[in-house]
Amino acid sequence: MRITEETVQYVAALAKLNVSEEEKNKVAKDLDRILDYIETMNGLDTEGVEPMSHVLPVKNVFREDEVSNQDNREELLKNAPQRIGDSFAVPKTVE
Amino acid sequence: MIDITRLSALELGRKIKAKEITVAEAVQAQLEIIKQRDPDYNCYITVLEEDALAQAEQVQTRIDAGELNDSPLAGVPLAVKDNICTKGVKTTCASQILYNFEPTYDATVIEKLKEAGLIIIGKTNCDEFAMGSTTETSFFGVTKNPWNTDCVPGGSSGGSAAAVAAEEAFLALGSDTGGSIRQPAGYCGVVGIKPTYGTVSRYGLIAYASSLDQIGTFGRSVSDCAAALELISGHDIKDSTSAPQESYRYTDALVDDVMGMRIGIPKDYLGAGIEEEVKESILKAAQVLKSKGAIVEEFELHSVEFAVPSYYVIACAEASSNLSRFDGVKYGYRTSEFEGLQDVYKKSRSEGFGNEVKRRMMIGAFVLSSGYYDAFYNKALKVRALINQGFQKAFEKFDIILGPIAPETAPRLGESLSDPLKMYLSDIYTVSVNLAGLPGISLPCGVDKKGLPIGLQLIGRHFGEKDIIRAAYSFEQAGSYERPTTLTKAQGKEA
Repeated sequence: MRITEETVQYVAALAKLNVSEEEKNKVAKDLDRILDYIETMNGLDTEGVEPMSHVLPVKNVFREDEVSNQDNREELLKNAPQRIGDSFAVPKTVE
Repeated sequence: MIDITRLSALELGRKIKAKEITVAEAVQAQLEIIKQRDPDYNCYITVLEEDALAQAEQVQTRIDAGELNDSPLAGVPLAVKDNICTKGVKTTCASQILYNFEPTYDATVIEKLKEAGLIIIGKTNCDEFAMGSTTETSFFGVTKNPWNTDCVPGGSSGGSAAAVAAEEAFLALGSDTGGSIRQPAGYCGVVGIKPTYGTVSRYGLIAYASSLDQIGTFGRSVSDCAAALELISGHDIKDSTSAPQESYRYTDALVDDVMGMRIGIPKDYLGAGIEEEVKESILKAAQVLKSKGAIVEEFELHSVEFAVPSYYVIACAEASSNLSRFDGVKYGYRTSEFEGLQDVYKKSRSEGFGNEVKRRMMIGAFVLSSGYYDAFYNKALKVRALINQGFQKAFEKFDIILGPIAPETAPRLGESLSDPLKMYLSDIYTVSVNLAGLPGISLPCGVDKKGLPIGLQLIGRHFGEKDIIRAAYSFEQAGSYERPTTLTKAQGKEA
């Protein structure tokens, strides 16, 4: 068992998720089983193979830095769970 | 009175042009069928009733003015998967975390469809954030398979596939990250195509795994599906991975001719795990193409069993990064009680995301974390490279590859959810196509003893859409399209 409850805690923190004490053990087992399966790919020899993150040759695409959209602040803020004036509202972050 | 919703999309388009049917009549007929059938199937999260009628009026005006003479699908109602942004229309990704999100812009594909005069009739159900193979992880309830309501429609684009099968839409858009168009098309007995990576703009598609995601189309025939794909394809400066192609005229490939076409069947796709009936049906389909002059040969593709683990590492890693934008601040769900900003993030995300999404984000965070990055993420990228090489080698010898979509026909509701590994393994024939960025089409090739459709998959080389469309069309000409028998029952009820 490589996934301990501590690892679950750590991974949940990275993913900004809460995992309750009761769930921890179940999540650990779950992830462990999936990772065991994932490790079956070690059966394929990849010595000297270049990792491929994209299939087609991708390069950075440049364009002129020109504004093409309109000011839609009001529309965007309509989706905010909470707003103050023209801003998204969040709890105070500095005491 | 003709049964409007039973027509093909292209036929409806012709009748609208010929003034035999108005756009409003088509839209009304479609809304009526949705009202009758969707309580049974739950294909839609949102149905655009008033908005669709308003669109109909505008499109009719454009048709009457002769502005849409070159658009064969003008006036045809179409459904859109709920992970594709539609301006001012709720786009939820079937998740609580976006339960009330209204995009401020249209995805490029939506802009193109509106330009061509198609009518967006509604937003379809799917697995939450397109993560799943059954459409059971949706926050808005499961979608049922129109062929048998005890079975899943497949996923993740299950709502789109079921809507087209149930005649609740003429056409639909889906997205395919590891088989999410092709597999539900197979389970629902319709045609679904995922083009080469970079063919259709991803601008406005809410990202799951950016290096694998592609938008594609569903239809009840290869012709409808290809005609719709033609409309949404094209280079887009708003998508930096968009790859320009010489020609997007896929309907040119609707030719009943496979004479001399070289077709390879991977032996590895017909080995352990596949249902006998599915295997027989696939081999019979190959015979049909052979009888039309294609050269069919079996070959070894190798490394097939490594595609699923590699896919899950890459998809989860990209998802854990993409889904970090949902934080309860800018849009969507926010928890009601919190102490401080970190708590807003963690509680909103923990309450707003479902279990499968959380599971994949945690796998993603793990494989990218220091100490595991090389062993998991980098390894998966190397496996991906070898899988791609395997396909490239195969395409030196063959024009297309033929095989099944899934080892079995549609499973029963609830069967897959209890065991995520089993669900992941059902993607074995589809994920490698995404890893290699290839085009793939799924089309019905038979019905099993349980009365469920069997799906045939044709895979093409990069930008080889026309090859697979030509072969699919030729195969389709050999048999007629079968509809779910439940629809006739429903129609008996209406009468």
